[in-house]
Amino acid sequence: MAETHIKNYSINFGPQHPAAHGVLRMILEMDGEIIERADSHIGLLHRGTEKLIEHKTYAQATPYFDRLDYVSPQNQEHVFVLAAEKLLGIEVPERGQYVRVLFAELGRLLNHLFSTTAYAMDIGAMTPMLWAMEERELLMEFCERVSGARLHMNYFRIGGVSRDLPEGLSDDIWAWTERFPQVVKDIETLLDENRIFKQRSVDIGVISAEDALDWGYSGPNLRAAGVPWDLRKAQPYDVYAKMDFDVPVGKHGDCYERYLVRMAEIRESLKIVRQCLNEMPSGPVQLDDRKASPPPRAEMKSSMEALIHHFKLFSEGVRIPAGETYTAVEAPKGEMAVYLVSDGTNKPYRCKIRTPGFAHLQSMDLLSRGHMLADAVANLGSLDVVFGEIDR
Amino acid sequence: MAEFWHDYIWPTLWIVIKIVAIILPILVAVAYLTFAERKIIGGMHRRKGPNVVGPFGLLQPLADGLKLFLKETVLPTRANPVVFFIAPMLTFSLALVAWAVIPFGDGLVLADINVGVLYLFAISSLGVYGIMMAGWASNSKYAFLGGLRSAAQMVSYEVSMGFIIITVLLCVGSLNLTEIVNAQKTVWFVIPLLPMAVIFFISTVAETNRHPFDLPEAEAELVGGFNVEYSAMPFALFFLGEYANMILMSGMTTVLFLGGWLPPFDIVPFTWIPGPVWFVLKISFLLFVFIWLRAAFPRYRYDQLMRLGWKVFLPISLAAVVIVGGVVVAFDIQSVLGAKG
Repeated sequence: MAETHIKNYSINFGPQHPAAHGVLRMILEMDGEIIERADSHIGLLHRGTEKLIEHKTYAQATPYFDRLDYVSPQNQEHVFVLAAEKLLGIEVPERGQYVRVLFAELGRLLNHLFSTTAYAMDIGAMTPMLWAMEERELLMEFCERVSGARLHMNYFRIGGVSRDLPEGLSDDIWAWTERFPQVVKDIETLLDENRIFKQRSVDIGVISAEDALDWGYSGPNLRAAGVPWDLRKAQPYDVYAKMDFDVPVGKHGDCYERYLVRMAEIRESLKIVRQCLNEMPSGPVQLDDRKASPPPRAEMKSSMEALIHHFKLFSEGVRIPAGETYTAVEAPKGEMAVYLVSDGTNKPYRCKIRTPGFAHLQSMDLLSRGHMLADAVANLGSLDVVFGEIDR
Repeated sequence: MAEFWHDYIWPTLWIVIKIVAIILPILVAVAYLTFAERKIIGGMHRRKGPNVVGPFGLLQPLADGLKLFLKETVLPTRANPVVFFIAPMLTFSLALVAWAVIPFGDGLVLADINVGVLYLFAISSLGVYGIMMAGWASNSKYAFLGGLRSAAQMVSYEVSMGFIIITVLLCVGSLNLTEIVNAQKTVWFVIPLLPMAVIFFISTVAETNRHPFDLPEAEAELVGGFNVEYSAMPFALFFLGEYANMILMSGMTTVLFLGGWLPPFDIVPFTWIPGPVWFVLKISFLLFVFIWLRAAFPRYRYDQLMRLGWKVFLPISLAAVVIVGGVVVAFDIQSVLGAKG
């Protein structure tokens, strides 16, 4: 018989693939069901965010940050306002910091609820997703009550937050935190010890701590590989230093542990939310500095100066002294950072955004090589990527 | 003329009437199975399910059917048109043909043939051809992978299903489905053959490509697998075929293990209810389990599914054939069950 040469074939995974988490296009070189090479093509959701921000005032940049990682917009806003505040050299009043931490943690809950259950859905478990969606809905209602928008809040402002919590919201969030652990438990009963779920995720997409660091991992993915690195502990911002919470760490770095770490983080976030509600002091939520943050509406009715400040802040915007800063926060997906360069005008000279998903996605080839097609889907789901932030 | 009518036309007509009387309720059942599935899964997901079209959404399946009927049938340029259209027809007709030997009640069967089990088994094995042909004819990589997966999967699970059916046949001593049911008058086979019944049911889930074994269409991996290129009526035929197969497989499990049309206890309040009602109730229960599985479990990976089929189910069912055979011979079970040897 003549010698036959078997050629690998390539499969086009996405960009319109139900498990591509948006618009990832992956060229998979396959040997039967085994992946020989995974080549990610990104940029299909590129909107030029960084360049657009250079042509907007500082206050106009936060909505762009909402739209980076649209699963947890709060945390992205957080990093930008922190960077701007650092350049301005201002300190947010304590209540403002508490409110920001509260909503940053609600953002983390929003994200982890979505990412863990979307991962489950990727490997075929449908039900947890819909249960989590209901809780997300309730969380987004809280966001709506405080800012008027369910998803893209644009609530965090330079110098604080746009307005104080409406009456009764704290009580409702507290009531929700009392009911919510049961939902987490329900989701865990469906997944944690499920044999199929474990077969599909244990030892799949293993990454060592060393590799994880080399590939620029951060957040839950890095912690699942066994590196206890959390920016909320390592370089606390706002009032995280006062919060009492644990950093869950895995040791094996496979899909299952990435899932477990996120589930544990949901519990820790809940702890922080409760602490914020309990310990929140009264006082202003916005900095009382008219050069950086706008005056209250009531004051504008009587004070000429307030009206002028308002006009200047909403037309020209705040001027930030020349300087540069690299500011990072622990976003739910990992280290979300912005490198902000100001030339002393009312617009940023450069706003480089460092997103965790970008670093995580580049390891897809490392994780998937030699695995089966179904595992590539599991890996992608467990990395928790969102293309808003990868393509920017 | 009267002779001709009596000898030829009337018997043919009578058979046609019987076929219609079986197929129509099955098609309605398929339509409402999809509705039931969406409602039940909706309930498990804490949402409502279809509730807009008609009272409680009861007209939803009709609306879906009408929609698919009115859509354009798309034929991919590089597809093989003949095979492409034969595939769904084959799947659909095979799912209906098999019903000929299923006994709905005592004597309520279209064709009471002696090799009923073999017939059923043969027809359900042929089902894989529809999917393979679809996967191949679409000329698309996803569909091709789906076709390959389903070929491997359905063959592997058929082997252990065959052995499990043999254990039942050993107890009964007949291949006739009516006799298999009658042999369960004392006790349903699900009790003495419990592990076999469970394996058989799981194999039927795999055989029908349902969750957690829905690899040929695995939405998250293959985007729809073998039927990714299908639209409108050809797609509807696949869909109907899949659900008709679910009902068929539940019917098969009911006949083999759950005592067919027999009531659970042979005492008064239970015997008042006619046999076909019991049959439908048992099928409905199994279908509920089908749907329940879909809501509760993640999906197997291809190699894990193969391992389960060849390394777990096959040895167990092989051993069961030996053990059950030994017990049947040693204790003369067949005469105990009152079946002829």
